[in-house]
Amino acid sequence: MSDSIAPSFTPDYTPASHGHSVEQLSRPSLSYWQDAWIRLKQNTRAIISLYIVVSLALFTLAGPLLWQVDPALQDLNQISQAPSFPKRALLADPYERWQPIILDDFPREPETYVDVDLMPAPTGVQPLGEPTTQQIRLRWEPVVGAGGYSIYRNQHAPEGINDLGLPLATTLGGNEISYEDRLNLEQRDYYYSIVPTDGFDEANIYTTIKVLPTIAITRDEATQRGLIDADTEIQIGDPLSLRFHPFGTDYLGRDMLARLMQGARVSLFIGICAPFLFVMFGILYGGFAGYFGGQLDALLMRFADFVVALPFLLFMILFKIAFGIGPGESGVLPMLIALVLLGWPGTARLVRGQVLQIRNNGYIDAARLLGAKDSYLIIRHILPNTMGVILVTLTFAVPGAIFTEAFLSFIGMGVAPPTPSWGSMCNEGVKTMLSHPHELIFPATFISITVLAFNLLGDGLTEALDSRMRSR
Amino acid sequence: MLAYTLKRLLAGIITVWFIATATFMAMHMVPGDPLMNDKAVSAEIRKNLEVKYGLDKPVVEQYFIFMGNMLQGDFGISFTQQNRRVNDIIRDHFPVSATLGLLAIFFAATGGVIWGALTAIYRNRLPDIIIMFLVILGISVPSFVFAALGQLMLVNINSLLGFSLIPVAGWGTFSHMLMPSMVLGLGTMALLTRLMRSSMLEIVNEDYIKTAKAKGLSPMRIFFKHQLRNAILPVITILGPSIAAITTGGFVVELVFAIPGLGRYFVQAVQQLDYTVIMGTTVFFGAFLVLMVILVDIIYGFVDPRVRLQ
Repeated sequence: MSDSIAPSFTPDYTPASHGHSVEQLSRPSLSYWQDAWIRLKQNTRAIISLYIVVSLALFTLAGPLLWQVDPALQDLNQISQAPSFPKRALLADPYERWQPIILDDFPREPETYVDVDLMPAPTGVQPLGEPTTQQIRLRWEPVVGAGGYSIYRNQHAPEGINDLGLPLATTLGGNEISYEDRLNLEQRDYYYSIVPTDGFDEANIYTTIKVLPTIAITRDEATQRGLIDADTEIQIGDPLSLRFHPFGTDYLGRDMLARLMQGARVSLFIGICAPFLFVMFGILYGGFAGYFGGQLDALLMRFADFVVALPFLLFMILFKIAFGIGPGESGVLPMLIALVLLGWPGTARLVRGQVLQIRNNGYIDAARLLGAKDSYLIIRHILPNTMGVILVTLTFAVPGAIFTEAFLSFIGMGVAPPTPSWGSMCNEGVKTMLSHPHELIFPATFISITVLAFNLLGDGLTEALDSRMRSR
Repeated sequence: MLAYTLKRLLAGIITVWFIATATFMAMHMVPGDPLMNDKAVSAEIRKNLEVKYGLDKPVVEQYFIFMGNMLQGDFGISFTQQNRRVNDIIRDHFPVSATLGLLAIFFAATGGVIWGALTAIYRNRLPDIIIMFLVILGISVPSFVFAALGQLMLVNINSLLGFSLIPVAGWGTFSHMLMPSMVLGLGTMALLTRLMRSSMLEIVNEDYIKTAKAKGLSPMRIFFKHQLRNAILPVITILGPSIAAITTGGFVVELVFAIPGLGRYFVQAVQQLDYTVIMGTTVFFGAFLVLMVILVDIIYGFVDPRVRLQ
């Protein structure tokens, strides 16, 4: 036939010769997973999330190796410290009693009466010796006519006579011209104001001095807090680095960074293991029901419906208590078991639906005609085709599990103290939210970032694995 | 429709029975019993107490006694709270939890529909980007953080005004309910917004929208009558499970805002192993959830005629 028609064609083209490049593929063949990976890589948000997940894993696993601080070590001298740079302290002598300066050549009681409103402000206010957190000593020049001086301390520069801050003391003579402050000193700026008095009333004038103490620590104290050994060669006045808390400390002076790392271990362990286990169980259960179908399927799925209907949090609490926490145990395992017991029906339903759908596909019938056994069909055809959906479910189940752990720990039904988890750290932090916000902000941020990363990753995976999207 | 409703209700009753049985079993798995909390009770007194409360009987018999009482609507007397019947505890505190949850669902649903529709209208423009950013925040931040922040905000507002505009904690008036229910609904609202957005965007490409446009209907009419009404359907289906999720968060919000809901009593009862209170609250709560899910499904039938035909 073609021979008779061929002459009528204009020779715009030549027919392709046989046996040449017809069967050749224009692009390399991609497997489902290669294709999905390529599309996932195009999704910036998903890739950033993947990096976040990897760095969280590193933070949890490698973090404690790099940051070798005991998360349970309490330091009651450093309670609820805000995040800060490394602090240094000076080794100081033990505190010694100090004699205030009382001038002999200046009258204790004013010889001539000077109206308190006419008194000049004290001059020459200066720290005496090195101001440290152990003590701050001040001295000033006497004011003629004064019968004493009031000393105030404030944490910001005073904005007037009514803003001098905490009244520390009033000396009882015009010749008592020094003061020693040992009142709960921290390393920060203090503003001391000196006001002369006539013995009864204070003048309306004051002199303010700003003092920034250095951190001082005695040898005994340093040994006690484990900063130096008892036989370390160190001189008075030498610098000594204090324990560094980049994320601050909590209400017992424990290092937040170390606790966040240990808490991550608990939170991520539950957050990843529980979904993994219940998804596994869900696959088995749903796959079994879906594949064999019939009465068995109806029965199994009815049971799954019952489990779904259980009030989730009530049963989490009940199961967790039922499995019990022995003394010294962290309570992670009971929570894991409870999560698995209550979490599986969702996956089971999903897998069953998938299996029912796949089971009716032509290639399953074809394989069966060729003599494939059940086990071969399940492993070779059905499981790989449900993998995408399962992976997405798994990714989305992680935030849910992390939230559940956090909720339970937050209401005090989660892991037992002293084991930290992000949720229980939030629970502790929320009590001091106003004064020390970092104790809530850090664990809450970690929870949020983790949940966010898994959610975005799940979105990306859905898009990458969804077969409907493949043609687009 | 009636047959469908009856069938669902029957299944619901069986589900409640399952919940009761599971609770009973889990509860009796916990070592100890409610009488363990009393200090220094001699063996004889303990025996008398066990007889009085029926704890000396075999567990199976206890189960049947409990089920019989439950069928008559009697959950018994609390072991730990003096002279308080479980029915009274539920009557006093359940409405609080239910009000909080339903208000939260209301906020979540209306908010989700409105924001979702807005994002779909302004697709890939500034409002869409801002709302979707907030949605991601809403999904990722646990509700207790929102609760703490919400409370902090109220404190600041009240101290700025110099009087208490909206109470920071407690329960009673509508202004008490406002902040907790909004905080509680936030996560669900974010989820519903996402769902609404994708369902709106899917529907834009449907043939009936093109037909409506071709007929020359006004954009407003197309939007409200065709697009919005169809896009709401998936949102309604997810409302049932959302109610369960919201009760989960409810415990936490009740704790932060000092709301006298059922959550606190349940946690307390579990800690003290107060059998009757545990059973009463769980069964009642479970029944409420089952009922809500059935209700949502029936409502769905009214909204979507296609379901009714099946």
